Amino acid sequence: MIKMQAKLAENVFDKPGMASTREGFGKGVVEAGKADERVVVLTADLAESTQAHHFQSAFPERFVQVGVAEQNLATVAAGMANYGKIPFITSYAAFNPGRNWEQIRTTIALNDVPVIVCGMHAGVSVGPDGATHQALEDIAMMRAIPKFTVISACDSEEGRKATIAAAKLGSPVYMRWGREKSPIMTTVNTPFEIGKAIEFWRGKKPQVAIFGTGPFVHNVLLAARELEKENISVVVVNVHTIKPLDEKKIVELARECGAVVTVEEHQVHGGLGGAIAETLAREFPVPMEFVGMQDKFGQSGTAAELIEHYGMGVKNIVEAVKKSLGRRSK
Amino acid sequence: MSLTDQEIKMIEAKALEIRKTIIEMLTEAKSGHTAGPLGMADIFAALYFHVLKHDPKNPDWAERDRLILSNGHITPVRYSAMAHAGYFPVEECMTLRKFGSRLQGHPERDMLPGVETTSGPLGSGVSQAAGYALAARMDKKNFRVFCLTSDGEQEEGNTWEGVMFAGKYRLTNLVQVMDRNNIQIDGNTEDIMPLEPLADKYRAFNWHVIEIDGHNIAQFVAACDEAKSIKEKPTLILAHTTPGKGIPTIENDYRWHGNPPGKGPTDKIPADKQKEVFLQELEASRV
Repeated sequence: MIKMQAKLAENVFDKPGMASTREGFGKGVVEAGKADERVVVLTADLAESTQAHHFQSAFPERFVQVGVAEQNLATVAAGMANYGKIPFITSYAAFNPGRNWEQIRTTIALNDVPVIVCGMHAGVSVGPDGATHQALEDIAMMRAIPKFTVISACDSEEGRKATIAAAKLGSPVYMRWGREKSPIMTTVNTPFEIGKAIEFWRGKKPQVAIFGTGPFVHNVLLAARELEKENISVVVVNVHTIKPLDEKKIVELARECGAVVTVEEHQVHGGLGGAIAETLAREFPVPMEFVGMQDKFGQSGTAAELIEHYGMGVKNIVEAVKKSLGRRSK
Repeated sequence: MSLTDQEIKMIEAKALEIRKTIIEMLTEAKSGHTAGPLGMADIFAALYFHVLKHDPKNPDWAERDRLILSNGHITPVRYSAMAHAGYFPVEECMTLRKFGSRLQGHPERDMLPGVETTSGPLGSGVSQAAGYALAARMDKKNFRVFCLTSDGEQEEGNTWEGVMFAGKYRLTNLVQVMDRNNIQIDGNTEDIMPLEPLADKYRAFNWHVIEIDGHNIAQFVAACDEAKSIKEKPTLILAHTTPGKGIPTIENDYRWHGNPPGKGPTDKIPADKQKEVFLQELEASRV
C-alpha cells in the first residue's frame, strides 16, 4: 500500500505525469536564485541540456558560461564560493564530477566552500549517447569525499525541493540528475528533508525492505505492487540522500524485515547499495541483494532496452526480492 | 607611487628575515621545498610590506586584497612573510608540517586565517582567483585579487582554462604573478616541457604582460601599479627569479626544488652543515 504520509500523486500507478529530474533542477534553481541573491549558476557549454538556461534567462548577470572546461567550471566556482557566492555548477555527470574530481576534492571539499555540483544525464537512461556519456560511478566518487552531501532525487518535484534545500545548506553538495522523462511520484506536499529517507510503500507485514534512489524508485513501486499480488509484503523507501545516509531508518527497517534489496542506476560498487551494506555490516547484517549495473559499461540503445539488458528493471527487482527472501532467516 | 630608497631597503631587510626563517623552519620540518620559497621572498616581502591592502590583526577584513597562492608547495615563504607581518608569532613557523600545526605542508584555508585558499595540486589557482575576481566585480568590490603561480604549473590544462576565462571576462581586478624560475621537480622547465614564449602566449589570451626581475623590489611595485591602470585586461607580472636566491651554493640548482636543508644534495656541503652555511650565506647577501 502507498504510504499516506508520503502524500504521493494519486495517479502514481495510472499514467503519472512525466518530467525529467533535471527539469526539477531548472525550476528549483530559479526559485533558489529568487530567494538568495548570492546564488549563481555556471555551466560548461551545456546551458539547455542541464536546464541552467532557465536561470540564465531569469538572472543573466548571475549566470557564468565557462565553455567546454569542466576543471575550470569547478575551480572558478570554488573561487566564487570562497568570496561568498553560492554556485551551482552544471554539466554531464560523466565530466562533472567525472573529469574534475580532483579539483572538486581540493578546491571545494578540502577548501570547505559551498559549491553545489550538478551531474546531469546520469545513468544508462541517457541512452543513444552510449557508454562514454553514461555516468555510473559518480555516486561512489562523490560519496568518498569528506564534507560532501550526496543527493539523487526520485523525480522532478523532489529535485526542485532538493535544489532549494541544497542552496541553503552552506556546505558542498553533489546532486545527480537524469535526462529522460520519468514518472512524477511526489507532490508539493510530499515531505523532503536532506538526510531523511521516506517510505513510499508499506505492506501489511513486510519481509523485505527495498531501498531505491533516483527515478528507479518508480520501478520499485511497480515491483512492490507485483509482489503484493504474490502475497510478498515489502517496504519501499526512497533514499534521496545517499550521504549522510539515514542510518537510523535503514537499520530499523533491516531489523523489522530481515532482508534488504537496493536499487539504483549506478554501479553496484560504491553507490547506494554499497553505502547501505557498509551501515548494515556494522549495525545489523541481513541478507542483501543489489540491483544496479554489475561492474559493466553501458552502450547505445533506448533507456528501456538498456535497463532491461543490464538487469535493472521491474522484473529484476522482483527476482532480487525473492532471492533475498530465500536467504532470509525464517 | 614610486618607492623611496629607504622603503626599498626596509623591504629588502624584511625579505632577508623571511629567507632566514624559511631555512630555519624547513630544517626543523625535515621536509618541504627550499628553492621556490627563497626565490619568491622579495616578492612576498613587497606584497606584505607595501603592495597589499591588508590587516594582520583582522585577516577576514572584507575589503582586503586577496592573495591566492596557486603553487601551494612554496607556502613556507607565505607563512614566513605572514609571521613577519604580524599574523602570528614567528616561532609558530617552526611547527611547519608537524602534527597538529596550523601550518600544513600545503596551505589550508580553514586552518590558518589569512591563507585565503587551500592549494597544492597545481594548476587550479588562476581559475579560483578568476572566479573570486568575477564574484567581487558582481558586487562592485574594489579590492584586488593577486594570484601567485609557478612556471611549472603552466603545464596544467586547468591553468589555461582559467587564463582563457579571465581574458573573456576582462578581469582587470586580477593580477597573476608568475614565478618564472625555470625549474621543476624533474629538471629545467624547457627540458621537461618547453613553456616559451610565455609572454606571447598570455598576450594571445588577452592578458596585459609585464616582465620584471623578480628580485627588484622597485620593478615589482611599479608593475603592480601599472596593473591598476590597465582597464581592459587582467595582468600577468612575469617575474624572472632565481631559485634558491640569496644562497649562492644552491641558486639555480633544481635539485633543491623539493629538499629541505639537511636533506639536500651533499656534493657541496655536508648535510649537517647545510642550515648553518645557508644562514651564513644569507647574512653575507645583505647589501
